[in-house]
Amino acid sequence: MKLLNKPLRLSAWQITLSKTLLHLLILGWVIFTFYLGVTDNLGADPVKALIHFTGIGALNLLLITLLISPAARYLPAPVLMRFRRMLGIYVFVYAVIHLLTYISFELQFDWSLVVGEIVKRPYITVGMVALLLLAALTITSPNKVRQRLGKRWQPLHNTIYFVVFLALLHFSWSRKTGLQEPVIYWAIALLILLPRLQYLKQRLQRAR
Amino acid sequence: MSFSKSGIMTKRFKPSQTFKSNEITDEAVFSSRRSLLKSMGFVGAGALLSGSATARGWFDDDEDKPAFKAKPLDFTRNDSLSTDETMTPYAKVTSYNNFYEFGTSKDDPVENAQNFQVDPWSLKIDGMVRNPITLSYDDILSKFPLEERVYRLRCVEAWSMVIPWLGFELNKLLKLADPLGSAKYVAFKTLFDPKQMPGQRNPFMGGGIDYPYVEGLRLDEAMHPLSLMSVGVYGKTLPPQNGAPIRLVVPWKYGFKSIKSVVRITLTDQEPPTTWNRLAAHEYGFYANVNPNVAHPRWSQASERRITKGGLFSQNRIDTEMFNGYQEVAPLYTNMDLTRYY
Repeated sequence: MKLLNKPLRLSAWQITLSKTLLHLLILGWVIFTFYLGVTDNLGADPVKALIHFTGIGALNLLLITLLISPAARYLPAPVLMRFRRMLGIYVFVYAVIHLLTYISFELQFDWSLVVGEIVKRPYITVGMVALLLLAALTITSPNKVRQRLGKRWQPLHNTIYFVVFLALLHFSWSRKTGLQEPVIYWAIALLILLPRLQYLKQRLQRAR
Repeated sequence: MSFSKSGIMTKRFKPSQTFKSNEITDEAVFSSRRSLLKSMGFVGAGALLSGSATARGWFDDDEDKPAFKAKPLDFTRNDSLSTDETMTPYAKVTSYNNFYEFGTSKDDPVENAQNFQVDPWSLKIDGMVRNPITLSYDDILSKFPLEERVYRLRCVEAWSMVIPWLGFELNKLLKLADPLGSAKYVAFKTLFDPKQMPGQRNPFMGGGIDYPYVEGLRLDEAMHPLSLMSVGVYGKTLPPQNGAPIRLVVPWKYGFKSIKSVVRITLTDQEPPTTWNRLAAHEYGFYANVNPNVAHPRWSQASERRITKGGLFSQNRIDTEMFNGYQEVAPLYTNMDLTRYY
């Protein structure tokens, strides 16, 4: 089943333009939101609002990143693959801002509290593990590093599926009650990962 | 009349009937569509914005929503029981609320509660009392002289506010009902009205809590002079999102004990069930005294972020004090292991 009659193509300048707009959108959004926080235009508790904004933002970007390869395959629109690394790195950027906001504005650099919370609170530990994995994936993103890693690159980057699981667990666990937005996010993540499960099944059958 | 290049006559389209936009879509349908779109907002690409959607002044709704009319009240200030710490501004006190009956986000209650009916109201005091009473809306506001008390409010989520409540001591109300000697506990219940409270209709919106919201105190806690029945804030009647028309305020306990929009107070000899304890007993106890030494399983309670005015750079984190600084209640808990009875 294909949605497009012929594969979507973009010229070089169209790709550059799209990338520029994406940079402006993703960076501009977070900068603008912090500006609102600094000027006290972000509700009663700007700290909580920013922690939620960057956390949900990272999760949304992660899900969009995971949508790229099935979209490229099934639309078809192979050109979309050109945007995947950039979006993936922004997942890491948003997650880092998320952690920095928590450390600087929520815990206000009380380092013993920071370390204590990361070690003692399972949902924060889980979030930290996800962030460290994202860091590893980001560091191994440049083409040169990718070439040097050779065959080991793909298995390493498959840990992104584990990151999705950890991020959703972190999100759900941070809430006071179960029946909230995280349920919707689990469902959406499952939906996005479904084509991959089919693909995996086919490959396993072929291998047999 | 004009002719195009190809020679075919063209005519400007004129509709045989004209509609105004409000004739096409009924307003109720229109606004329910809007709320559907809004509720979907956070799952779409727009989710990136979800945090900043709370930004006042930038993304304000254009819906005509008449704000709840708060009435000025007569009161005398109680200085000896008031703190002189910097107060949390009215705008923040009334726009950052945990009131899951109106939605689980902090800014849901202010959004969804503006049309909440507080008059008529009926507050019943019954159970193990000699003189069961029912108070009307007017009784609630005028039966007892009102005092202003500036209390610290410490939320279990590790943030806090300083709020000038108006109200009367709960013990005055209880004495009027005249508890039996056998009464040991006081049970409180919030209004159950799914028509008015969307969180009670839709478990997804109400966080899956089993409504109505219930709370409880030991009788000696309830009789303590600090335990306040509040009917107002900042000199005026309570806005719905803060628990209009009448709510409990127990300043040495975590905020969730201070039940909102109370309709029933029942004296009993059994420890009554309490909502958050029922939902997660290992995280929320019956007592829920503010205690920096007993951590919530998922976060430390040793310090708190005080919400006052100003943006991101005027935040301050302060140490949490035992009983939220209300040491005078300590005798209520002598010989009690507060690690076990958290």
